[in-house]
Amino acid sequence: MRGLRLSALLLAAAVALPQAAAASVRDLQDRLYDVSGIELGGFVETRAGLRTDRDQDEKDASIAEARIQFDLGRDFGWAMTRLKVDLVGDGVEEVAATEVREANLQFSPFEWMDVKAGRQVLTWGTGDLLFINDLFPKDWESFFIGRDDENLKAPSDALKASVFTDTVNLDFVWTPVMNGSRYIDGSRLSYWNGVVGRIAGRDYIFADDERLEFFRDSEFALRASRTVAGVELALYGYYGFWKTPEGMEFTPAPTLYYPRLAVWGASARGQLLGGIANVEAGYYDSREDSGGSDPFVRNSEVRFLAGFEHELGRDFTGAVQYYLEWMQDYSAYEESQNLVGMAAYAKDEYRHLFTLRLTKLLMQQNLRLSLFTYYSPSDHDWYLRPKANYKVTDQWTVEAGANVFGGRDDHTFWGQFEDNTNVYVSVRYGF
Amino acid sequence: MKRFFVLTAAVLLFATQVPAEAAMSAGEIVHRANLASYYGGDDGKAKVKMTITDSQGRKRIREFIILRRDETDGGDQKFYVYFRKPSDVRKMVFMVHKHVNGDDDRWLYLPKLDLVKRIAASDKRTSFVGSNFFYEDVSGRGENEDTHKLVQETDDHYVIENVPKDPATVEFASYKVWIRKKDFMPEKAEYTDKQGRVYRVVEALEIKEIQGIPTVTKSRVRDLNSGGETVSEFTGIRYNIGLKGSIFTERYLRRPPREARR
Repeated sequence: MRGLRLSALLLAAAVALPQAAAASVRDLQDRLYDVSGIELGGFVETRAGLRTDRDQDEKDASIAEARIQFDLGRDFGWAMTRLKVDLVGDGVEEVAATEVREANLQFSPFEWMDVKAGRQVLTWGTGDLLFINDLFPKDWESFFIGRDDENLKAPSDALKASVFTDTVNLDFVWTPVMNGSRYIDGSRLSYWNGVVGRIAGRDYIFADDERLEFFRDSEFALRASRTVAGVELALYGYYGFWKTPEGMEFTPAPTLYYPRLAVWGASARGQLLGGIANVEAGYYDSREDSGGSDPFVRNSEVRFLAGFEHELGRDFTGAVQYYLEWMQDYSAYEESQNLVGMAAYAKDEYRHLFTLRLTKLLMQQNLRLSLFTYYSPSDHDWYLRPKANYKVTDQWTVEAGANVFGGRDDHTFWGQFEDNTNVYVSVRYGF
Repeated sequence: MKRFFVLTAAVLLFATQVPAEAAMSAGEIVHRANLASYYGGDDGKAKVKMTITDSQGRKRIREFIILRRDETDGGDQKFYVYFRKPSDVRKMVFMVHKHVNGDDDRWLYLPKLDLVKRIAASDKRTSFVGSNFFYEDVSGRGENEDTHKLVQETDDHYVIENVPKDPATVEFASYKVWIRKKDFMPEKAEYTDKQGRVYRVVEALEIKEIQGIPTVTKSRVRDLNSGGETVSEFTGIRYNIGLKGSIFTERYLRRPPREARR
C-alpha cells in the first residue's frame, strides 16, 4: 500500500512539476552547465496498463508507474562520464526504487583504442528484437508490459575495450560478475511452469540461484568486425552463462540456475535491392549438457536469422525476419523428457519464427504508428506489438500500445503468455 | 593542388568576363552552383538550429551539429549529424555516406539502446527530422537527375529551370533556381506542381563569407500548401578542419568525436 501511495504522489508530482517548473528546469540545466560543465537531461513519465483478460494468478494492472530519469553527463575532453538514474514509483509491485541505468567513464588511452568502464548498456549483432550474438542482459518483463523500448536493454556492469586497426576492429567485454536477463518469473507476468504442468504466476515463483561470485562467474564477449565493400562483417565469441535460468537443480526444492554457455557466431549486413539485408548465425554450446541427455539443462542449439528492410512508401518502412532455433542432440532430449514424464510438453527440434515490422510516420513525422509481430508457424503462437506515439510538442509525448500474446498451446514460447495480453498508455515530459 | 584550382578558377573567371560569358551552359552553371553550395572546402562543420513552424504557428526546434567530409570535390561525401535537441533525440547520431552513383549508406545510432541501426535508402524527398527541408535539400540533388535550361539572365543572376528526367520519383513538375553570378551561390528555388503553381520555396536568407568561402548562414523553406515553414540557422561554421575519414565509422557513432561535441 505504501508503494501505491508513493507512486500516486510521484504521479501527482509528475503532472504538476513540468507545468510549474519547465522554465526553472531549463534554468537549472543552464546554470548547472555553466557552473560545473555538467549536462542534465531526462524526463518525467507516467505509464499505466491493464490486462485485457482476468488472470487469476496476477493483478489486473500490468503497469502503473511514475518514472523520473536524470541523465547527467560531463565531458572532460580526454574522457566522458555518464550517470543515468531512474526514480520509479511502481504501483503494481508497490515499491519505490532507484535504478542506475548508466554510470560509466569513456576514454581513449591510445589513438587506436576506446575504453568504457562501469555500468553501461551494450548492444551488437544484426537482429531486430531478435538476439543471437548479443548476449548482453535484456529486461523481458519491461518489454512485455509496455515500458519504453529503452528498458529492453538492461545495463551491464562491465569493462569494454575496443581496438581499431586498418584490417579489423576488436571489441572485448568483460563482465566480472554475471548480469542475467530479467526473465518472466511469475511475479508480474504468468508463465508456463513445467514442474506443475500448468500456467503459473504469483502462486509459483521459483527460487533462482543467481551467480554472484567475482571472477568465477565472469562473462567474456568478443567481436571482430570489418567492412568489405559496404558489407559489415563480424565474428563473435561468448563465454559465460545462459542469460535466463535454463537449468534446474533440486536442492531439495526445485531451484533455477544459470548453466554455463559458450557461443560462436557470425553476421553480415549490407545493402541489397534498395534495402538492407542481414544474416546472422550462432552455435550455442550448452557446456553442462553437451550430450543433450540432462532433462534439466537446456540443450545446445544452432540459431540463425535473416532479415530484409525496405521502404514501402513515403515515411513508411517494412521489415521481415526469419529466425530459427535448431535444438542439437534432439533424440537425447526426447529420451530425457520421456524419462522425467515431460514428453507431452517437449519442444520441437526446430523452432521457426517470422517477424514483421511496419512503421509509418504521419503529421510531419510527429505521429509514429508501428507494429512489430512475432509469429511461429511451428509453435503456432504469436506476439503483436502495436504502438502509436505522438509528439505533442518538443517536450510532451503521449503513447498508447498493446502487447498481444496468443497461441494454440500453453507451453510454447509466446503461447504461455496469453493471459498477459495488455494495453497501456503513457505521458512523458522530456527536459 | 588547391592553389592550382584557385588559379584555374581565376583564369576561367577572367576568361568568362569577355563575351564568352553567354557560352556557359546551363549544366555548367548548375555544376558550379552545386560545388558552391555543397562542397565548400574539403570538409566543414556547423551548428544548426532548425525552427519548424506549422500553419497554426506552433514551433518545434531541432539542434544538431553537422560534420561533412568530401571524398572528391563534386563526388562522394560523408555526413555526421549529432543531435542536441529536443531531449528525446539528444546524442542520437545520423550518419550518411553519400554516393553520387548508387544508393547512399545510412546509419542511425540510438544511444539509449547502444544500437547501431543501418537504415534502408529512402525517398530523398521526405522530410529531414520532421522539418520542411528534405534530405535532398540538406545533401544536394544529383545534377543528372534533371535537365537544365537557362531561362533568364539578369545582371546578378542566372535563372535555371530544371525538369526531372523521371517525374514519377519526385513531387514537383519543375523548379527554378536563381543563382548568383558572382559566386554561383543559389539564392532561391521555386518548386512548381503539375498545375503550374508554385507550392514550395527554398531561400538563402543570409550568405556570408567564411574563410573566404561564400556560405549560407540562414535559410528557409516555405511549404505554401500547408502553410508551414522551417528556418535553419548555421553558426560556428568552420572549413578545412582536417576531419579524418575514420570519424565517419561505427566507432564514432558510439563515441562522438570531439569535433561534434563542442
